[in-house]
Amino acid sequence: MLLPAHAGAAVVHPAAPQQPPPVEQTRREAPKQQEVAPMALDKSFEGRSYPPGRTYEVGREKIREFAEAIGDANPAYTDPEVARALGYADVIAPPTFVFSLTFREAGQALQDPTLQLDYGRVVHGDQKFHYHRPVLAGDRLSVTSTIDSIKSMSGNDILDIRGDVYDSAGEPVVTAVTKVVVRGPESDSAEGK
Amino acid sequence: MGARIAYADVEVGTELPAQRFPVTRETLVRYAGASGDFNPIHWNERFAKEVDLPDVIAHGMFTMAEAARVVTDWTGDPGALVDYGVRFTKPVVVPDDGKGAEIEVSAKVAAKLDDDARTVRVDLTATSAGQKVLGMSRAVVRLA
Repeated sequence: MLLPAHAGAAVVHPAAPQQPPPVEQTRREAPKQQEVAPMALDKSFEGRSYPPGRTYEVGREKIREFAEAIGDANPAYTDPEVARALGYADVIAPPTFVFSLTFREAGQALQDPTLQLDYGRVVHGDQKFHYHRPVLAGDRLSVTSTIDSIKSMSGNDILDIRGDVYDSAGEPVVTAVTKVVVRGPESDSAEGK
Repeated sequence: MGARIAYADVEVGTELPAQRFPVTRETLVRYAGASGDFNPIHWNERFAKEVDLPDVIAHGMFTMAEAARVVTDWTGDPGALVDYGVRFTKPVVVPDDGKGAEIEVSAKVAAKLDDDARTVRVDLTATSAGQKVLGMSRAVVRLA
């Protein structure tokens, strides 16, 4: 089966904290709420893009904090001299650091009220990154989010949200593809498996 | 740029040094703060059980970050990573028992992709409590 085990997949939260849309607040309160089964998502949303939100300025100390949180002592994340010796202008960010940005921006698609996606039923199925270059301290990044695909499978909706991350010169830095599974109501019974 | 493993020295089947990564509730709280992902299933046992999880579970992206370290520690240069993808197959359950959980990651070179670009594909395996927690876990990395 193509689906990740639903109970197993990482659950995407009702919310990157910077996003306060009202829809999400209700989901946060009631993630288990059984609502009338939503219809399969509208495939005409495939290809829809959402313009960048606010620019994210990457700071050395934020990179350090993230590296410490994942327990990674690689000096390329914290010591500018080491990073320069590797050929970078400043310290670089760990590979998954950029997810905080791309996921926040993916919220534009996932919480698009016209898409009518039940955010409380979303789990994170897959995650992919393609790196044009590492993220550097001092980068000013913006993300364009696009709904790459919407599929319906066994009562679940599966969306690929692509986040194209650009620097202030408009050069591509990273492309992130986040696959989310919106569990259909019937998959609840399988949850304990 | 600065990868310390030479393409010429690597063969299909070359194993990367495996690693074990401990995960406690404190780890998850710290990761929540650093990443901005405050989903209560990663720190609130009551909430996690309400949504039918066995207990608090680790952030999938935390597990993905740990698995990457097997590759970036090997090459030395995290910026040499070209592609990285995983599928989240099972949760890493993190009990509040003073020990927490452990993520075990092993990896090997699955293919030499491009002699000019000196890129190889590394396939990773991540397990916790005997369960495979990542599937289709692959990285493409540029070597020296």
